[in-house]
Amino acid sequence: MNVANLTIDSLQDGLKRKDFSAVELTRSVLEFAERENPKTNAYVLLCPERALRAAEKIDERLAAGHDIGLLGGVPIGVKDVILTSGVRTTCSSKILANYVPPYDATAVERIEAAGGIIIGKTNCDEFAMGSSNENSAFGPVRNPVDLDRVPGGSSGGSAAVVAQGTAVVSLGSDTGGSVRQPASFCGIVGVTPTYGRVSRYGLVAYASSLDHVAPFARNVRDSATVLEVMAGRDPLDSTCADAPVPRYAAHLTRDVRGMKLGLPVEYMKHATGETATLITKAIKDLEALGCHVEEVSLPSTDYAIACYYIISCAEASSNLARFDGVRYTTRSAKSENLSAMYQNTRGEGFGAEVKRRIMLGTYVLSHGYYDAYYVKAQKVRAMIARDFTRAFEKVDALVAPVSPFPAFKLGEKLSDPLEMYLSDIYTITGSLAGIPCMSVPCGNTADGLPVGLQILCNHFDEPNMFRLADAFESR
Amino acid sequence: MKLTEKDVRYVANLANLSLTEDEVGHMVHDLGGILELMDQLAGIDTEDLSPMAQVLYATGETATLRPDVERAPIGNDLAVANAPVSGAGYYKVPRVIER
Repeated sequence: MNVANLTIDSLQDGLKRKDFSAVELTRSVLEFAERENPKTNAYVLLCPERALRAAEKIDERLAAGHDIGLLGGVPIGVKDVILTSGVRTTCSSKILANYVPPYDATAVERIEAAGGIIIGKTNCDEFAMGSSNENSAFGPVRNPVDLDRVPGGSSGGSAAVVAQGTAVVSLGSDTGGSVRQPASFCGIVGVTPTYGRVSRYGLVAYASSLDHVAPFARNVRDSATVLEVMAGRDPLDSTCADAPVPRYAAHLTRDVRGMKLGLPVEYMKHATGETATLITKAIKDLEALGCHVEEVSLPSTDYAIACYYIISCAEASSNLARFDGVRYTTRSAKSENLSAMYQNTRGEGFGAEVKRRIMLGTYVLSHGYYDAYYVKAQKVRAMIARDFTRAFEKVDALVAPVSPFPAFKLGEKLSDPLEMYLSDIYTITGSLAGIPCMSVPCGNTADGLPVGLQILCNHFDEPNMFRLADAFESR
Repeated sequence: MKLTEKDVRYVANLANLSLTEDEVGHMVHDLGGILELMDQLAGIDTEDLSPMAQVLYATGETATLRPDVERAPIGNDLAVANAPVSGAGYYKVPRVIER
């Protein structure tokens, strides 16, 4: 068994044929992760007891002839911003270095109920803030495709474990592109569902009007299965949509003839070099599959970065106020009074990027600036969302690059936060509109670096998004 | 808009965030550049638009409500288990009210 190439179907076939047991498979993956992880630093913690306990249950069900569930026996990595009961969850931050959650996130509960086996917690940018996974208290993650390069961020560890083969699928979180961009950099599939499709109960909040729990996988079918398991109403998250969950796999017909696709002209003007070439080739392939491609305009695209960073930082400054030295594990030794405790705990506990975003958020929400920045950004957000509504009156899906460039070298963009923010241009527009979007591999550069094609659909139109992605993947 | 060290210290105080001298210097530079980018929104005509606080889509009227059913809470012991300092089932903080 080569654990690095397994998919959900292939490993479940192996289990049913008794080629290996769930416990044997889990042990192999844990051993492989133990050995390979030092190369990438993608896992910050492995949880063998929990994994083997879950695997034993799968073997019992197999022996009794019972159904093992959609994710039965599947080794899964979980981003360290998603709570796992009794298993340390740090958000890759010093301030939560010893935090052990008393409950599971709904997404975790559902993947385990469907037979999924959580192998460990994955590294990420601190509190999911970053585009390169270099802002982590555990140190950066390296891209398994090229160890001198970043895996993307903020869910860099979750992308790396799937690309490296130390998990079959994984959970990340996406606020402005934190799943699609690392999927693109690591050559795998990453899906940001419709806002509200998956419960955020137990996801440590960064920017609540933009946060998603989102899956990574090696192929489109597996990503659709993980989303299907997690999606659906949760009474514990009032923003989680009360909409039926389709059987996504039933929509993977490979037939996309007559599908109308839009190519946003504003996106292509930023794309350069080999990324632009590969996206152009992908468009030709989609046409060969029978799709009609036309240019569409999303005129507010240029305002998206400013809009996104105002809104996300504002929400972050409010959400992260809870880390104050009272409830969550860390308190500064310099806590002679209440105010010193708050200020020093936060000053010592947060990293540079988190501080920067808290400062920006506090500034744009402060007296005298609230209307000029925050309210203005919310109006511009409505404008960006309107662009998409209009586009989807004409086309079934939009296709675009995920990132202006492939994975960059470690340290290359670290000294200039603004340049790092600008690299999020193609992913944050879809996040602001709350529509489903995904990254699917569309080829490699001459240096062997993967490039992702982004597919964006209207709210709750994941079935068509997966259908198109699956047809493209099998071209 | 040009940001000064004084502005940075004022905002840090609002955010309950202690910054070192070095950090204050970096913030003046970094935040200044980012705010300049953010200032580009000022010129956009948004007259006919309402602020978008949440993603909106068609859904059932009661989607945000759940049945009013009792659930067992996690209990004091678990609730304070992650606290840096606790006692008798409570969080402990430095003295706030002087006798």
